[in-house]
Amino acid sequence: MSRAEPAEAEPAGAEPAEAEPTEDAGEGATAEDPREPTAGLVRRPSPWWSLGLLRSELLITFRRWRTLALLGVLAAVPVLIGIAVKIETGDGSSGGPGGPGGGGDGGPAFIAQVTNNGLFLVFTALAATLPFFLPMAIGVIAGDAIAGESNAGTLRYLLVAPAGRTRLLLTKYATVLAFCLVATLVVALSALTVGALLFPLGDVTTISGTTIGFADGLGRALLIALVVAASLTGVAALGLFVSTLTGSGIAAMATTVGLLITIQILDQIPQLHAIQPYLFSHYWLSFADLVRDPVYWDDLVKNLGLQGLYVAVFGSAAWARFTTKDVTA
Amino acid sequence: MDDAPVIHTHALTKRYHGGQLAVDRLDLTVPAGSVFGFLGPNGSGKTTTIRMLMGLIEPTSGAARVLGQPVPRAARTVLPQVGALIEGPALYGFLSGRDNLLRYDAADPTADPRTRRTRVAAALERVGLTAAAGKKAKAYSLGMKQRLGLAAALLQPRRLLVLDEPTNGLDPQGMREIRSLVRELASDGTTVFLSSHPLDEIEQVCTHVAVMAQGRLVTQGPVAELAAGARGRLVVITPDTAEAARVLKEQGAADVTSEEDRVAAEPPDRDLAEVNAALVTAGVRVRGFTVERASLEDAFVALTGEGFDVAG
Repeated sequence: MSRAEPAEAEPAGAEPAEAEPTEDAGEGATAEDPREPTAGLVRRPSPWWSLGLLRSELLITFRRWRTLALLGVLAAVPVLIGIAVKIETGDGSSGGPGGPGGGGDGGPAFIAQVTNNGLFLVFTALAATLPFFLPMAIGVIAGDAIAGESNAGTLRYLLVAPAGRTRLLLTKYATVLAFCLVATLVVALSALTVGALLFPLGDVTTISGTTIGFADGLGRALLIALVVAASLTGVAALGLFVSTLTGSGIAAMATTVGLLITIQILDQIPQLHAIQPYLFSHYWLSFADLVRDPVYWDDLVKNLGLQGLYVAVFGSAAWARFTTKDVTA
Repeated sequence: MDDAPVIHTHALTKRYHGGQLAVDRLDLTVPAGSVFGFLGPNGSGKTTTIRMLMGLIEPTSGAARVLGQPVPRAARTVLPQVGALIEGPALYGFLSGRDNLLRYDAADPTADPRTRRTRVAAALERVGLTAAAGKKAKAYSLGMKQRLGLAAALLQPRRLLVLDEPTNGLDPQGMREIRSLVRELASDGTTVFLSSHPLDEIEQVCTHVAVMAQGRLVTQGPVAELAAGARGRLVVITPDTAEAARVLKEQGAADVTSEEDRVAAEPPDRDLAEVNAALVTAGVRVRGFTVERASLEDAFVALTGEGFDVAG
C-alpha cells in the first residue's frame, strides 16, 4: 500500500542506481537493481522510501520536550519507590523476609522483597506504574497522534505530500507502540539501576517458593517488561481511535485518560464482574505470573488476547474513520 | 497529453453536514501551462474546491480530475507532482524551518531520501530563508511562515502548483518576490493555480481567471477576454466640464458623469479622434483625453455585484 508510482511513463528498467546510500538513506536503501545508471527526471520510488515517514515520526516524537518529560516522570517513579523502601527498612522495622508477591500489606506487588533483592524493584516499579502512569503517558502520545496534527494544520500538508492516510495511521500507531516499549524499558532500567545501587542483588525467590539464578531472574524481568509493553497496545489503539475523532489534541488526550480512569474504576466494582473480563486493564497485573515457577500462563494469554482484540477493534475503527474523514482543519 | 487540462471538474458539488452548500455544480477547466487566478470573496467556496482537488475532502457529487487522473481516488499518484499551499502555512513550531521541510519531504513516499537535504536547501534558498533555516518555526514572522510553506510546495519539480492566497501576510517586497517566483515557475512550464481575492495584485501574473461567488462559478476564461467584458471609460480632463459633457452626449456617449475638472463617459461607437476633434471645435480646452481600461476588479464587481465582502 505504500508504493505510489508517478504518472509519467516509466522506461523499462529505469530504476535509480542505489550504489551510494548516504546517511539519509542508511536505514532503508538497499541495492535493488544497480545495473541501470540514474534515470534522470523520472522518479522511480523505492518501497523503502516509505519508511522515511516512520523515521521522521520517531525522531519528532522522541525529540519533543513533552515526550522527554513523560519519560522523566516515569523514570522517577522507581527512584521514589526505592528511596521510600530504603528509608522504611533503614529503621529495621520491616527488614524481614516478607510474604512472597501480592503486596499483602497494600503496597504494590513484590514491594516486601525489594530489600532482599534489588531486582524485585523492577517488578514493583512496573506493578506501580502499569495501572496509571504508563497508560496515562500512552494516552497523551496516542491521543495527540492525529488530533495534534489536525490542530496544528500540519495534517493537511502531510496528506497532500502525500503521506497516504493508511500509511500515516500505521506510522502513528507504530510510533505509539515504540513509545510503549521505550516507556516500559525506561521504568525497568531505572528500577534496575536504583535497585542495584540501594539493595543487594542475587538469586530470585519466585512466588512459588523456588529459587532461580540471577541471570534467569534478569531474563524474566526483561520478559515482564515486554509483556507490560504489550499490555499497553490496547489502550494505545483506543487513544489513536479517539485521536481520529476530534481536531483538538488536548481533547483527545483528556478523553483517552478519562476513559482509562473510568475503566479502572469499573474494574473495581464487584457488581460489574460480568463485564470486567472485557475491560482492557483487567488482566494487566497478570505479568506477576511470570515470577512463578513454572510460569502460570492462563491469565497472561488472556491478557495478550484481550489486547489483540482491542487493537483489532479500535485499530479498524480508527482506520475506517480516518480514511473517510473530511480534513477541513 | 500536455494539451489536456491540468484540472478539470464536472458538476463538482460539496454540501457540508448541516446542509450548507459550499460548492455548487462547479465546472472548472484549468489549461496546462496557465497561471490560473481562482478569484472570489471569502466564503465563496474557493478553499473547499481546492481541498476537494487535493483529496482532503470527499465531493458530495460530481467528478474532478487533476493531471488527467481522478481525485481523490488517484491522489497517491497525482499529489507527488503537485505542490500546494492551502489556507496558509502550517508548521511544527518546535522544529526548525529546515526540519519542517525535511519532515514534509519524508511524508512523500516518492521523494528520494538521498537528495532530501540538497532539495530542502534549494527550496529554502529559493524563498530566501537560508539564513533563518536553523531557527525554530514558532519564532518565524507570518511572512517567513508563508515563505516556508511555499518552500514546502517547491521541494520537488512540480507539474502543478496550487497556491491558496500565497501573498497573505507578506510585505510589498515579499509580494513582488512571490509574483516573480510565480512568473519564473510558469515560464518553466509549471501550471500555477492561484486563489486570491485582492485582485489588482493577481491581475499582473494571471493568464486565466475563474470567478466564484456563493459556491457557483460566475465566469472563467483568459484574463484579456474577461477584462474586455467590462468596458473602459472615456475620461476627459478639462476646466470646461459642462460644455465637455454636452459635446460628449452629442457625440453619442452614454452615462456621462462629471466631477471637478473631470468628465467620464462610456465611449461611443466611433473613432475617438473625432470625438476629441469635436470637443476642441466646440471650444472645450482639453487637458487630457484617455480611455481608462477596466481593471479586473471592475469586471469582478460587475460579475458578482459585490466587492470583497464576506458572503453571508
